Amino acid sequence: MFPELNNLLNTTPDRAEQGKLTLLCDAKTDGSFLVHHFLSFYLKANCKVCFVALIQSFSHYNIVGQKLGVNLTMARERGQLVFLEGLKSAVDVFFQAQEKPHPLQFLREASAGNLKPLFEFVRDALKPVDSGAAGWTYPVLLVDDLSVLLSLGLGAVAVLDFIHYCRATVCWELKGNVVVLVHDSGDVEDEENDILLNGLSHQSHLILRAEGLATGFCRDVHGQLRILWRRPSQSTSQRDQSLTYQYKIQDRSVSFFAKGMSPAVL
Amino acid sequence: MTLSEGARAGTRKLEMLDSLLALGGLVLLRDSVEWEGRSLLKALVKKSALCGEQVHILGCEVSEEEFREGFDSDINNRLVYHDFFRDPLNWSKTGEALPGGPLGALRAMCKRTDLGPVTIALDSLSWLLLHLPCATLCQTLHAVSYQDSCPPGDGSPVGKVHVLGLLHEELHGPGPMGALSSLAQTEVTLGGTMGQASARILCRRPQQHPTDQTQWFSILPDFSLHLQEGPSKEFQPQSDPHIPLVDPMAHLTFNLHLSKKEREARDSLTLPFQFSSEKQEALLRPRPSQATSHIFYEPDAYDDLDQEDPDDDLDI
Repeated sequence: MFPELNNLLNTTPDRAEQGKLTLLCDAKTDGSFLVHHFLSFYLKANCKVCFVALIQSFSHYNIVGQKLGVNLTMARERGQLVFLEGLKSAVDVFFQAQEKPHPLQFLREASAGNLKPLFEFVRDALKPVDSGAAGWTYPVLLVDDLSVLLSLGLGAVAVLDFIHYCRATVCWELKGNVVVLVHDSGDVEDEENDILLNGLSHQSHLILRAEGLATGFCRDVHGQLRILWRRPSQSTSQRDQSLTYQYKIQDRSVSFFAKGMSPAVL
Repeated sequence: MTLSEGARAGTRKLEMLDSLLALGGLVLLRDSVEWEGRSLLKALVKKSALCGEQVHILGCEVSEEEFREGFDSDINNRLVYHDFFRDPLNWSKTGEALPGGPLGALRAMCKRTDLGPVTIALDSLSWLLLHLPCATLCQTLHAVSYQDSCPPGDGSPVGKVHVLGLLHEELHGPGPMGALSSLAQTEVTLGGTMGQASARILCRRPQQHPTDQTQWFSILPDFSLHLQEGPSKEFQPQSDPHIPLVDPMAHLTFNLHLSKKEREARDSLTLPFQFSSEKQEALLRPRPSQATSHIFYEPDAYDDLDQEDPDDDLDI
């Protein structure tokens, strides 16, 4: 996790809020550093994490995780991390006969499917185990990312329904958190992606939006991060708060600074 | 604020929620990611409950606890909550889900037996529009909203039906939005600027011109409405006092300034194409022939001399 981002979000692994949906989106840049941040954040917070990783392999996340101070292999072995490696297990849909539907069963269906098997996988992974040996704090679902599900043939409403059920189970019933990444197509007209992004924005408590700079690529400033807090639970008189920072990604950390205040410029 | 202004502000405070609930029928609350509308929906629900109406909530987007949060117990006791948040698509198959889904619940409200005034809050209409065909939803909304126009045979009066629909603008195309718009008696579009929320209210009263007004407001933690004046009109972007004003003409290598004599000479200069009275006199005076200039023209050998004047047809 990145300590500077924790400061901006005013949170630490010990006292993070529960029952929240966090939406990560990126436009014209790569927002995966946010996924790595939250993965290591919640592992350090001693949460039970279910990671639906559809984009990269396990070893990729493991290598980055080690730079951030978490060991995914050990977390998986001791049962703290349930990892669905989309790239590998997508093949199992076709070549392994299984009794109950595979989480990515929709890949086999010709007509528009739904993500009920994936939801059942998540629910079974995160439901509290009665043995009580481990004692994890609260469950967390992490998805990287949802836009690829649209590319695989699902409709935006099917993905929204999946997140709805995850919210109902993980956030409301189990008092955990859900963090999802969606790409913003930006100039490219993609109606389904826009419906997905806007629909999730309305349901989210926190939106982190990584944008590339309007002027293009820069060596010292990699992009801009917009933070929007929505639906404050305490009082409705407090309007939604929005902050903007620029950032630079380094080998083991990300540094944030106010707009125009990059150390390279000053 | 003087007493009279306070009293007028107080009556205006009642008017906004009252005006939204005055007409029966469908009230559309159009919100966006930046300006959310659930708190206004809850304020309207609270107002209806305090007026003694029966209030039904079709909750699809947030949990029942979250919706009831902020209401005190006497309001909560009046709310009938239909929970479609936990299992709207019947995936758990435990049989707990309400039969017929949200559409069934809406249709059941068309056939209500008691005839008092009732408010139905749809949280959200966007969820219904994404999951149901637009035509079916519009027909059901029409049937629910206009129950009071078809009184039962025994002549007893039917109470007004208010249907409050929360609609997220960015999720739907112009077709469904237009269809719902035409069904609605009142449309509230939420927006704002500089941290202050506003509501643009479009009311279509029968046989009257539609009214369009904008109200600035804020919603208090107990979901009562507080009207405001709007952002101050004197607000101007302040020039940054830290930036010193620099004279751009300070260090030039050429002279941009004019001396007094140069300025007088410039002002007294007549422009070449300006038609003054002196010029008019000069042109009208017969010119001595020597003063005119001659043009000597020697045509080339192969020149094509066309006697016809090409400008003949122009009427100069």
